[in-house]
Amino acid sequence: MSDVAIKHDEHRDDLGAKLGMWLFIFTELLLFGGLFLVYAVYRDIYAEDFHLGALQLNVTLGTLNTVVLLISSMTVAMSITAIQRGNKKLSMQLVLLTVLLACVFLVNKYFEWGAKFEHDLYPGSDLVLQFKRGSIIFFGLYFFMTGLHMFHVVIGMVVLMVMWFKLKNTTINKDDNVLLENGGLYWHLVDLIWIFLFPLLYLVT
Amino acid sequence: MTTIPYKSYLEPQGKYTGLLDWLTSTDHKRIGLMYMYAIGIFFIIGVLLGLLMRIELFKPGETIMGPQTYNGIFTVHGVIMIFMVVIPGLSAVFGNLFMPIQIGAKDVAFPKLNLLSWYIFMAGAILAVLSQFTGNGPPDTGWTFYAPYSTQTGTNVLMAVTAAFVLGFSSILTGLNFIVTIHRMRAPGMTWFKMPLFPWALYSTAWIQLLATPIVGITLLMLIAERVFKIGFFDPALGGDPILFQHLFWIYSHPAVYVMILPAMGVITEIIPTFCQRRIFGYKAIALSSIAIAGVGYLVWGHHMYTSGMSFTARWIFSFLTFIVAVPSAIKVFNWVATMYKGSIALKTPFLYALAFIFLFMIGGLTGLSLGSLATDVYVHDTAYVVAHFHYIIFGGMGFAFFAALHYWFPKMYGKMYNQKIADIAWLILFFGFNMLYFPQFVLGLQGLPRRYYDYMPQFETGEVLSTIGGFVLFIGIIMMITNLIRAARNGPQAPDNPWGGKTLEWTIPSPPPMENFDTPPVVSKEPYDYE
Repeated sequence: MSDVAIKHDEHRDDLGAKLGMWLFIFTELLLFGGLFLVYAVYRDIYAEDFHLGALQLNVTLGTLNTVVLLISSMTVAMSITAIQRGNKKLSMQLVLLTVLLACVFLVNKYFEWGAKFEHDLYPGSDLVLQFKRGSIIFFGLYFFMTGLHMFHVVIGMVVLMVMWFKLKNTTINKDDNVLLENGGLYWHLVDLIWIFLFPLLYLVT
Repeated sequence: MTTIPYKSYLEPQGKYTGLLDWLTSTDHKRIGLMYMYAIGIFFIIGVLLGLLMRIELFKPGETIMGPQTYNGIFTVHGVIMIFMVVIPGLSAVFGNLFMPIQIGAKDVAFPKLNLLSWYIFMAGAILAVLSQFTGNGPPDTGWTFYAPYSTQTGTNVLMAVTAAFVLGFSSILTGLNFIVTIHRMRAPGMTWFKMPLFPWALYSTAWIQLLATPIVGITLLMLIAERVFKIGFFDPALGGDPILFQHLFWIYSHPAVYVMILPAMGVITEIIPTFCQRRIFGYKAIALSSIAIAGVGYLVWGHHMYTSGMSFTARWIFSFLTFIVAVPSAIKVFNWVATMYKGSIALKTPFLYALAFIFLFMIGGLTGLSLGSLATDVYVHDTAYVVAHFHYIIFGGMGFAFFAALHYWFPKMYGKMYNQKIADIAWLILFFGFNMLYFPQFVLGLQGLPRRYYDYMPQFETGEVLSTIGGFVLFIGIIMMITNLIRAARNGPQAPDNPWGGKTLEWTIPSPPPMENFDTPPVVSKEPYDYE
């Protein structure tokens, strides 16, 4: 804040900033870690129901989304390299491409969830309530885990858009790009969680 | 030194004046003070709710409120005191105020994030207070929000749970900030083992905040999802398991007890060498025992659940680990006492509070061991004995350490000195009232009085009456202490830069400290408690 009258020595510590980001990512992993724990407990109790539940999920769409997210992780990493080499325009384009891929992910997810709702496969629906307990909890976990992940995708998109604007007005530049690196780290986290969700929910059949 | 004119952090700084000047400030000392004022108000609210409960229990039968109101009041008392007072208390207030100065830094690593944490804290706090007045009445689940009742009761659980979630987020960010600050911003020459022990305690605390809070975050989210979307994580009819909630809840909430008590131990470790004018005994043992408590404390949560359905193997392992965690706590106590040996002790107010801390913490700690062993716990589980134990640790421990810190650093915070005689008398009343309030509850618990009950059998009346009278004595002590401090902050006499003869870095700078703490960054070559 340059409009504050007292003079602050601008304190810059890229390593510290990255350490902070890693710690934050750690807390996010633990947040999902709690869910994975719950998943493990219930999968142990209801192994067969989880198998049947997973058969209902659309593996094709899930695989497609995995590929989309992996590519988006690559593009965001490329944008960091681009700005470190001083190519502002390319870096901005790559960030935008990442956001676009995130949109593709969300659109896919929309169709996937939409189909589930059409077949009355959502928590609390009359159909699901008639299932066995293991299947009820499987669909509960499916919606909760992918939903929370989706929420993180949206936050990631907002973060990336902020990065785009900061690239535009050169707050992030060739010499000072730790912000973009941290934004990229967050995006990798979103990707990483999906890498775990995908086999646990779709491929456990 | 004081001839150079300087601007203290309490004076107006920037383009805004008055309240806005504070609300937009990223200075760690100002944020610390803002936490203190907010927490002070919540503390008084929590105390008043506690007093209402004591009045209700003064006589058997209905005294001033009905059972439902009573349930609401003990829940609100718990939520406010736990999530808004004792968890953030020492680390957010005194950690913010003095940790950066003690390690020779100008601020924390992320000042803006620090201010954001305060706003998140306030948002959570406001939600928590609102949850009492909106919806279908205050939540009546107790602060533990145990499923399945919390997923079914019609009261305003949803908002209270959301508040706890938001407050947890603030706690995580503060912890993160402190870890990075301690790693990256120690003054030149201050190696890990030249760092004062309060930052050491905060460092361990910060790791617990970081590692444990996300678990309660996701647990509370699951509870919300269960109430809103009917996802049956904890409802057996929907495939869930209520005991899973207890596990997840205590995976956080037991380490949270160490979030409360570790900084308290850190404060005591600062005060004792200063008032004994003696090197701390066993510096490394104290520093590393903080880490040990943080590490082992993560693995003892099951001792809250001996009676709720666990295998025998799980129970004895948890019991064993509970006994292990007592060892590093005892190491600290022995080192404090050893530090006093042959010291030139000055019985000033902060030291009196520190002594009270050791006494009360030992009672709380030893009764904790009787709760941690399987056989006795089954007998006293969910009785007033647990209430007494808990308050001896949290109020007698963390609360008295908070008062100790307040009296220790007050001259530095405001540059004013309080009336030490009144402060000593207030200490005596507090100490006396505290024991009168909570000690009878040990006895009542052993006689079989259940906790959280609105009414009791006539044979418990003597103990309950004593306890209620003690509550009022305690309240008088608190009011006396606070008025004394407020009067001193307004127009107390000027305090010298180093009134107690302390050796840590905060005593080398003017009182109140200037905006950026140090004119020239300090270079450290000596150990922190370099007396004689």
